[in-house]
Amino acid sequence: MLRFTRPLAAGLLTALFSFSAAQAGVGEAIEQHILPRHTAFAKAAEALSTQAKADCTATAMQPAYNAAFDGWIGVQHLALGPLQDLGGPLALGFWPDAKGFTPRQLTALLKAKTPDATTPQGFSHQSIAVQGFFALERMLYDDALSSYTKGSYSCAVVQAMARDIAQKATTLATNWPAHATLLLTAGDAGNATYLSRDEAAQALFTALVSGIEYNDYVRLARPLGSFERPRPTRAEAWRSDRTQRNLALSLAALDEFAVKLSDGAATETHKLFTDARAWLANLDEPRFAGVADPVARMGIESLTSYLDLLKETAAAEVGDHLGVGQGFNALDGD
Amino acid sequence: MTTRRTFLASLAAAAAAPRATWADAGAPAVLAAGRDASGNYTLSGLSSQGAERFRISLPSRGHAAAAHPTRPQAVAFARRPGRFARVVDCPSGQIDARLDAPEGRHFYGHGAFLHGGEMLATSENDIATGAGVIGLWAPDEGYTRIGEFASGGIGPHEILALAQDRLVIANGGIRTHPDSGREKLNLPTMRPNLSLASPERGVLDQAELAPELHLSSIRHIALGPAGQIALAMQWQGDVMDAGPLLGLWTPGTPPHLCEAPPLRQMAMQGYAGSVAFSGDGKAVAISSPRGGEVQIFEAATGSFLNHWQRPDTCGLAPLGTGFLTSDGAGGMMALDTTGKARLLAHHPTAWDNHIIPLNQA
Repeated sequence: MLRFTRPLAAGLLTALFSFSAAQAGVGEAIEQHILPRHTAFAKAAEALSTQAKADCTATAMQPAYNAAFDGWIGVQHLALGPLQDLGGPLALGFWPDAKGFTPRQLTALLKAKTPDATTPQGFSHQSIAVQGFFALERMLYDDALSSYTKGSYSCAVVQAMARDIAQKATTLATNWPAHATLLLTAGDAGNATYLSRDEAAQALFTALVSGIEYNDYVRLARPLGSFERPRPTRAEAWRSDRTQRNLALSLAALDEFAVKLSDGAATETHKLFTDARAWLANLDEPRFAGVADPVARMGIESLTSYLDLLKETAAAEVGDHLGVGQGFNALDGD
Repeated sequence: MTTRRTFLASLAAAAAAPRATWADAGAPAVLAAGRDASGNYTLSGLSSQGAERFRISLPSRGHAAAAHPTRPQAVAFARRPGRFARVVDCPSGQIDARLDAPEGRHFYGHGAFLHGGEMLATSENDIATGAGVIGLWAPDEGYTRIGEFASGGIGPHEILALAQDRLVIANGGIRTHPDSGREKLNLPTMRPNLSLASPERGVLDQAELAPELHLSSIRHIALGPAGQIALAMQWQGDVMDAGPLLGLWTPGTPPHLCEAPPLRQMAMQGYAGSVAFSGDGKAVAISSPRGGEVQIFEAATGSFLNHWQRPDTCGLAPLGTGFLTSDGAGGMMALDTTGKARLLAHHPTAWDNHIIPLNQA
């Protein structure tokens, strides 16, 4: 049974109304963005694991894989509390993998064929580079790995990967209501996580701005490389043709998050999200292969201008609404 | 004019006239710069439990401060590339003296007292050549400049007194020019090092990182009770390629580099902002305000012990068997080596990058 579907505790509902008017968006973001998206992700991840048990072969797995990955992209930006407790976003998606840990360690895992490594306990102790959506992507989409049969060791590895993803997604969905209570009771005696209302609002604000930055500096910048040296194989999830899709889903999630968090006040931010999403939807670049083509490249590169502006606008508009800014030290290192 | 030679000769003869002490400023255990709720920049003295003992207004954002070992005086450095520093009388908040960087120099934001407080050393940039310089000043003579020596590298940042006449210098390796603010001018060729030096004899020993780690800017240092030196680094390349962020150095041996497991390594975003040993010297911690993470390592082996998360945490100082932390949301925490933290105090002040213990002269 999925315990996380239970309704919010009465205390939490009361707390929803105790935020000041300016920070009303915190409650809305939790209730209408964070909690339902984690519930959806957990359901999709559970379905992925169920599919792996029924038929682990690559083509049979792919639809459930994509649905679960969609769910993950919808919550990946919420890198606080329960997700940090799991080890941060890399625990579910070990990317970018600049040092090539995933191919190296996955090869070693498949070669060793240790039975214990695919048990729930054994797999949880494996390197995070062989856990999560990117290791599973190689099993399902890399021609050198994806032709395994039912009952093979590779099949057991795929089942272990799917089970691990489902278990982590369930943990997130189960733990979020308690963390939501911490956010909503920020500043109360006994709340050692958030010492003030501002801290809670700032944690969500930071997740929003960091999420936009991640799309700009990582999802876009890595494959773009430089004009002289584009890096198409640095695109995210290109093997499963999910590069463009992941960016689109992430922008949609961040758009929703910004609207809720600002209680509808961040109209300029929403307009920019709408424009950027429309621009992206007009591209036919499932894996951003066009970064290596001088003309197609311009279409992808234009998105960085949108996201640069979006980051500034969201930081100003949503920050103003919540009365918070970016970290004092995080912004000004030395 | 006082030369370094005559100055040093006069040290033994210095009179022991009764003066104000740190007790007159409420006997703080640490100093920390910050920004208060009205946006004013401040320097505070705090107890080891985070209780504020004094607070002084600063006209601009501070970076670090150097605390005189006996007199209740703090030298507050502006953010780099500052051209001056202020010597503050902590009990009254009055400015006792002002240090102006010599023509063609600017401060890098850190300083340290030598000879029991009879000499102040400051990290500086020789703007024309980019060479790092350690400036020397005489507190007893109204903080007049009495000499200088080469830091042994480019971009010296934090400096600490290892003994009466020994300095450890983190030569961060990054050349900047005030005309271009904080722009980094030499990343492809940067070569940071850690230098051990004396004002009399200059650089005595030096540790460099392996060539593939030349982008690891060594910027902050801490001293362990057994003479061990911890160094914290900031990676200047792609954060996904970041190398180790903590090193342990015993002069005469190569530095031992310490790296967290991949997941935690990534969480630091290639950036360590402060470093401190635990109060008992058995552990050492580094902080990343960008990742909102503090990581704790075993001092004897350099192995990773635990991590703790709190947004915008940067300041670190020894406390008991663990650490005192400060953050941009005003929190001061007692962090133990198992990665558990306890709130000590919550101030309406955004604490800046560093906590300066008073006992380090």
